[in-house]
Amino acid sequence: MTTTAVALSTRPDGPPANTAAADLQAVDLGALREHAAGATAADVDRALGRERRDLFDFAALLSDRAAEPDRLEAMAAAARRTTLRRFGRTMHLFAPLYLSNECVSVCTYCGFSAGNDIARRTLSPDEVAAEGRALAERGFRHVLLVAGEHARIVSKAYLRDCVAAVAPIVPQVSLEVQVWDTATYRGLVAAGADGLVVYQETYDRATYADVHRLGKKRNYDWRLAAPDRGAEAGMRRLGIGALFGLHDDWQSEALAVAAHARALLRRWWRAEVTVALPRLRPCAGVPGPPPGTLDDRRFVQLLCALRLLLPDVGIVLSTRESAAFRDAVVPLGITQLSAGSHTEPGGYSGPSDAEPQFAVADERSPSEVAAVLRSAGYDPVWKDWQRS
Amino acid sequence: MSTRSPSSEDRLVIAGRAFSSRLLLGTGKFPSSAVMAAAARAAGAEIVTVALRRVDLDAGGDDDILAALGDDVLILTNTSGAVDADEAVRLARLARAAGLPEWIKLEVTPDPRYLLPDPVETLKAAERLVAEGFVVLPYINADPVLAKRLEEAGCATVMPLGSWIGSNQGLRTRAAVEIIVEQAMVPVVVDAGIGAPSHAAEALEIGADAVLVNTAIGTAADPVAMAGAFRLAVEAGRAGWRAGLPAARPSAEASSPLTGFLDSPPVASRVRPGAPGAGQLEEDWTFAVEGSQQVSNPPIDDPLTRSARP
Repeated sequence: MTTTAVALSTRPDGPPANTAAADLQAVDLGALREHAAGATAADVDRALGRERRDLFDFAALLSDRAAEPDRLEAMAAAARRTTLRRFGRTMHLFAPLYLSNECVSVCTYCGFSAGNDIARRTLSPDEVAAEGRALAERGFRHVLLVAGEHARIVSKAYLRDCVAAVAPIVPQVSLEVQVWDTATYRGLVAAGADGLVVYQETYDRATYADVHRLGKKRNYDWRLAAPDRGAEAGMRRLGIGALFGLHDDWQSEALAVAAHARALLRRWWRAEVTVALPRLRPCAGVPGPPPGTLDDRRFVQLLCALRLLLPDVGIVLSTRESAAFRDAVVPLGITQLSAGSHTEPGGYSGPSDAEPQFAVADERSPSEVAAVLRSAGYDPVWKDWQRS
Repeated sequence: MSTRSPSSEDRLVIAGRAFSSRLLLGTGKFPSSAVMAAAARAAGAEIVTVALRRVDLDAGGDDDILAALGDDVLILTNTSGAVDADEAVRLARLARAAGLPEWIKLEVTPDPRYLLPDPVETLKAAERLVAEGFVVLPYINADPVLAKRLEEAGCATVMPLGSWIGSNQGLRTRAAVEIIVEQAMVPVVVDAGIGAPSHAAEALEIGADAVLVNTAIGTAADPVAMAGAFRLAVEAGRAGWRAGLPAARPSAEASSPLTGFLDSPPVASRVRPGAPGAGQLEEDWTFAVEGSQQVSNPPIDDPLTRSARP
């Protein structure tokens, strides 16, 4: 196979010093990718047998050898044990709350892309509070506020108002919005946000430049260092991830996201780090996943390998995945699930004609998901934070 | 035997309140609140710690841990998630405002991975919480000096870790915990890392007053059965300690003391002239049977005689 290592260091001015983003630049991802390509069965077994693993072990666990049925089964068993020991038989549930699908960026993979002729809507802070109440009634005590990139309509003042509107209703508020500077993040923390989710989408610079056609999101380094700025501003939870299906080499992408997580854990040792492994879903402008998308077997391999590399990080699984698949992978390392998600603004408190960001694959209600978790021997955890 | 002889009343006394059980239970990681409550009963636990972050202070949540536990256990609210003294103090006040008991398991863990306690912030928070009238049980690394400082600050117990939370590695800090036990004037509760009933027994055997267990029970294949096993282990460990465990020795030991000759006739008179080995000391090695000797453990340090406050 051809391997295209994620290229991080092609720009003269990279991310600022003393950031996890800069630390990531110093990681030789090419060497790791070669190790994954050439890993022998013995490399895989050694990686599996270790108590503490490094990125080379992780690379071996991503190899073709590790995907062979016996080894994959052994990885799954180890990942399950590791997750159980650290997180127990619990599963944290949260819901995305879409504020706005307005967007000035043109990105090839997203339904909100500026070029798409779709129904646009931006909730007022009062409407955000109504959505928050609707989610709280369904049991949620953690919401993730999501919005497209529109610095005028989805401004920092607007975001602060939205956080302040929902914080009295739910104890845990995270944000997945356009990236901001440290001062803006401080304001959002002061308003009640405690988690920041920034998916790099793809760590490969060439692919990044290719899929982000227009808009501020084109600035790779500014985005890569956003979790650092958020942590500096006092965000307790940092979520990162790559959207699998953009870059044609999933192993390279996986190595980069894992190396980024490790860099964040080292530098921002007070922060909780979560990693998501979303796979591209159909949406406006994107009919279906492109060739080269991580298939189910390889997804399971990646999930288990990530758990074995990073025993303590939260791993998030969204409703992009089907109900059957979610139920099957829950025991292998997932710690957080979204449930009953609406990816169109206003979708919880009433019908909304706004366009969703992507087509949800698991359409079960939160209580249905909770019931399935219980029958599988897991305690659905709605509240896991108390703002002091 | 020492004065450790069993009395009919062997109670764990914390802040003037007596408990029969020396097994404290944590409530995380269980497959359901119902299983957790059943495990608490099987453990015979009288003190159960609950993270305020998991308590739904608004009614209507469906994972209410408190509702699952009966009124017969003491809820020990913990400050899980606090990264500094200010946050821990605020969480304790929130617990008080919510009507929870004023018993606080103080956890200040700025590192969310190993959840190791910050000694500086823990001491600061303890001083403030004691001043505000809380009964404070601080989770600490196994640091004997910190334990004394917290005791002086008015903490009701000290809770040194056996190994880090959730690691199931047992009493890795044994040597330090032994010093804490030796020096403490408040009950010592070994918290964190207790991964098997034998670890719990070991903690009690070395004189810890109690253990707090969560992961090993919550993630067991059968949490309720495991809770029962821990109960037995804690009782066995405590009984062993009270019975006066013989001191362990690394190797067999001569029953004839090396300095015995000082009290014996002159060496020359004990050597038969011309006999094989003449000129050497007569040797009569036998092996002491472990446990046959009177042990000289430190004097009894019964929790009943300890003052909850210095």
